[in-house]
Amino acid sequence: MKFAVKKALSSGGARVGVLEVGSCPAPIETPALLLATRKGLPHFISPDLLPSLPSPDSNLLQVSPLHFLEGLSTTTISKIGGLHQMLGLQQHGIAAVPRDSIQCLPESKAATKLGASFETPCGRLLIKPKDYVEMISCMQPNIWASLADEVPAWVSEKRNKTSVDRTLRWLDDCISLYPAAGSIFGAIVGGTNLEERKRCAEEVAKRNVSGYWIGGFGLGEGIDERPALLRAVIDILPDEKPRLTCGLGLPEEILQGIAAGIDLFDSTYIYSLTVGGFALTFSLDNSREQHSLQSDQIGSDLTKINLRATAYRKDMSPILENCTCYTCKNHTKAYINHLLNVHEMLAQILLEIHNTHHFLRFFHVIRTAIRDGSFEEFRQAFLESRREHFKGEAIST
Amino acid sequence: MALHFEILGRFNRARAAQLTLPHFVCQTPLFMPVGTQGTIKGLTNNELERIGCQIILGNTYHLALRPTSELLEEAGGLHNFMNWPRAMLTDSGGFQMVSLLHLADITEEGVTFQSPVDGKPMLLTPEESIQIQNRIGADIIMALDDVVRTTITGPRIEEAMYRTLRWIDRCIAAHKRPHDQNLFGIVQGGLDPELRDICVKGLVERNLPGYAIGGLAGGEDKDSFWRVVAQCTAALPEDKPRYVMGVGYPLDIVVCSALGADMYDCVYPTRTARFGTALVPEGVLKLKHRAMAEDTRPIDPTCPCMVCKNYTRAYIHCLVTKDAMGSQLLSYHNLYYMMRLSRNLHSSIVEGRFPEFVCDFLRTMFPKGDVPEWVCNAMEVAGIDISSCCAPFPPCQENDSSNELERFDKVKIEI
Repeated sequence: MKFAVKKALSSGGARVGVLEVGSCPAPIETPALLLATRKGLPHFISPDLLPSLPSPDSNLLQVSPLHFLEGLSTTTISKIGGLHQMLGLQQHGIAAVPRDSIQCLPESKAATKLGASFETPCGRLLIKPKDYVEMISCMQPNIWASLADEVPAWVSEKRNKTSVDRTLRWLDDCISLYPAAGSIFGAIVGGTNLEERKRCAEEVAKRNVSGYWIGGFGLGEGIDERPALLRAVIDILPDEKPRLTCGLGLPEEILQGIAAGIDLFDSTYIYSLTVGGFALTFSLDNSREQHSLQSDQIGSDLTKINLRATAYRKDMSPILENCTCYTCKNHTKAYINHLLNVHEMLAQILLEIHNTHHFLRFFHVIRTAIRDGSFEEFRQAFLESRREHFKGEAIST
Repeated sequence: MALHFEILGRFNRARAAQLTLPHFVCQTPLFMPVGTQGTIKGLTNNELERIGCQIILGNTYHLALRPTSELLEEAGGLHNFMNWPRAMLTDSGGFQMVSLLHLADITEEGVTFQSPVDGKPMLLTPEESIQIQNRIGADIIMALDDVVRTTITGPRIEEAMYRTLRWIDRCIAAHKRPHDQNLFGIVQGGLDPELRDICVKGLVERNLPGYAIGGLAGGEDKDSFWRVVAQCTAALPEDKPRYVMGVGYPLDIVVCSALGADMYDCVYPTRTARFGTALVPEGVLKLKHRAMAEDTRPIDPTCPCMVCKNYTRAYIHCLVTKDAMGSQLLSYHNLYYMMRLSRNLHSSIVEGRFPEFVCDFLRTMFPKGDVPEWVCNAMEVAGIDISSCCAPFPPCQENDSSNELERFDKVKIEI
C-alpha cells in the first residue's frame, strides 16, 4: 500500500491524497469511502453489478473478519487463498476492521485484558490479539486495523485510560505476531478525553505502522465534541500516513472528519438509507438549488426521498434525472415503490446501487472542492442547505 | 396471431424451434423463470439477460393486487414498468386464486373468492382475466381455465374440462389485442385420456396461436404425468408451440422435450435457491449441509456462470439462509443452469445429437444406472434409446435385449 498527500489546505486539515492499494486497477483518490460489506460482499449489490459503480472510487471495501466466524473456518479461507480470491474481488482493496457499526459492535463491558468484546449475530465474542492476527493472516486483506478496546463516551476516566493501555498493548501484539502482513493501521482510542486521545496518538505514532485507524467515535460522543478530539489526535500524527475512521457516517460527519484531516471513512449511512427505503437526492453541485420540496409528512426532505410513500406510486421518472447509476438509467420511482410494497429484495439492490453511487459522487465533489481551495465554502453551503427545510418549518408554524 | 413458430430441427417427437414474439425472438425448448410480482427475486434485468432468459412469467393475480393492472396500463404495460426488453407471459390468475385463497370457489360465471384486501366477495370471470392481461400487455396471455388437481377423481374433472372449453370462447371474445398478444388455450381433463382428447380437439378447433397442457405438476405420479404429456403433444398441432405449465424439474423438462413439448415454467429453481439448494448436473447440492463448509470446489465445475467461476461451496455455505446475498447468488446459478439446459436442448436437437445429449444427461444424473422406470417408458415412446444409461436389472425396461434377459430368469421383469 502506498499513500501520498497531493494537496493540503494551507489552513490545515482537509487534504487530497492518492492511495495505491495492491490489487486496485488505478490509484484511489482520498478522501475516500470504504463500502460496507457483509461477509465480504455488499449487503445487496451482487458482485457482477459492482463494476457499474464509479471506478476506482468503488474499489475500496471494508470487511469485518468477525463475519466469517459464522460458518467459515480460517483454515478454509486460507485454503481458498484469502479474501480477494474467496470473494472474487481480486481488483478491490480490502480493509479489515472488526467493528462494522451495523452488526458487530464493540461491547466495552465485556472486554478484558485478554481481548476486545463484540456483540455479533453469533453472540458475544471475545477476540484476542492472537486469534485476530490468525484471521488476518488467513484473510490477507490489503489494510487491517489493529485490535482496539473501544469504549462509549460515558465510561469512567479509569475505564477510558484502561482502554488506551489495552489498545496500545494489543497493537504491539499485532505487530509482533504478524510483522509481514498487509499494511497495519494502528488503532487510536481515548474516548472523549483529550489527554488520553493525545497519549494514545503519541504512542501509536512511535510504532511502525502504515496508517492510523481512529476509533471510538459514533459511540455516544456529541457531534460538537468531535472536532477538538480529532484535532488533538491528528496534530500529533505524521502527515504522510493515511487516517481511517470508523463511525462517522452521515454527510455532515464526513465533512467534519475531512475538515480535520481524515482520509478514509467507513459509513453505515448507505445501508441505513437502503433498508429504510430511502434514496439520496441531495444536490451535488455547488448551487443551492434543490429539488421541489416534498412534504415532510412523507418522510422525504431535500436530501433524500422515501420511496415507500404513495406519492411515488405513479411517478415514472428516475430517482434523480441526471444520475448515471444503473438504477436511475433503468428504473423509475414507481417501480421501486412497487417493489418495496411487495417486499421484493430487488428494491434494496436498486437502492443500494443508487445510494452508493450518489455518496461516492459526494466524495468526488468534495475532492474537487479541496483541490480548488473551496472546501470550506462548499462545506458551509452544504450544511446550510440541509437545514433549510427546518427553517421553512419554523417560519410556517 | 402475433407469433411465428418455425421448427429448425427434430428428433422424432422432439423439436427445436424459433418462436418469434412481439418483444423477442426465442429459441425453444425454453424455460421461463417466474417473476411473480414484476421481478425475478433478487436479480436485475441485465443479469437476467446475461443468463439468457428469453421469456419471463408474471402472475396476473399478484399484479392485479399490486400495483394493479390499471396502473400498469398507465405505465404502458408491464414491459415498460419493469423495463424488461424481452418477452413476457402472464397466467390467467385462476390458479393462484384457487391455490392461495381460502374459500375460493368456481362457478360457471368464474372464480369467486374473498378479496385478500378487504374480505369482500369478488369474482374473476374469463372476461375480467383477459381484460387484466390486456392491460398488463404480455406477449403471451393464458385463458382462464377451470383447473382441477390431478389427484382429484370423479365427475368434477369432466365438468372442469367442458367448462374450460366454454370459457375459451368467452376469453377469445373478450380479447382486445389479438394482434400483439397471443392467447393460449389450456388443455384440461385430469388423467383421463378421453377427456384430454375431447379438450384438445375443442381447443384446436378454435385455432389458437399456442396451447398449454395444464392441470399437471400437482402431485400426480410420474407415470400418469408423462402419459398425459405424450398424449397431448401427439394430438396438438405440429406448427404451434406447446407449453407444459408448472414444469419443473430438469429431468421432467428433458422428458417432456423428448415427447414434443416446447415451453416450461416453474418456481422451483428460484424457490429452491432460497432454501440453499443448487441445481447441478448430478441432481441437487444442498449448500446448507455442514460438509459444504470445507468444500472449496465451485458449485458445479462444468458451469461457466459468474457464481461458479468466482465462488466456492464453502463461501456460499456461510451465506445461505443467513444473508440475502446467498439467495441471490444461488438464484443466479440455478436460473443459469435452467437456461443452459434450454440452450442445450435446442442446440442438440438442431445439431442432430439429441439422443446423445439425453443419454449424457441421464448418465450424469443416474451414475448407478438407476434411471426411474417412468423415464424409461417415456423415452421408449419418444423413440430414444437410453439403454446405455440403464443398469441391466430392473426397474428399467429394455427394447430388444430379450436374449440377455432370458439368462436372468430368477428376476421378475415387468412389462
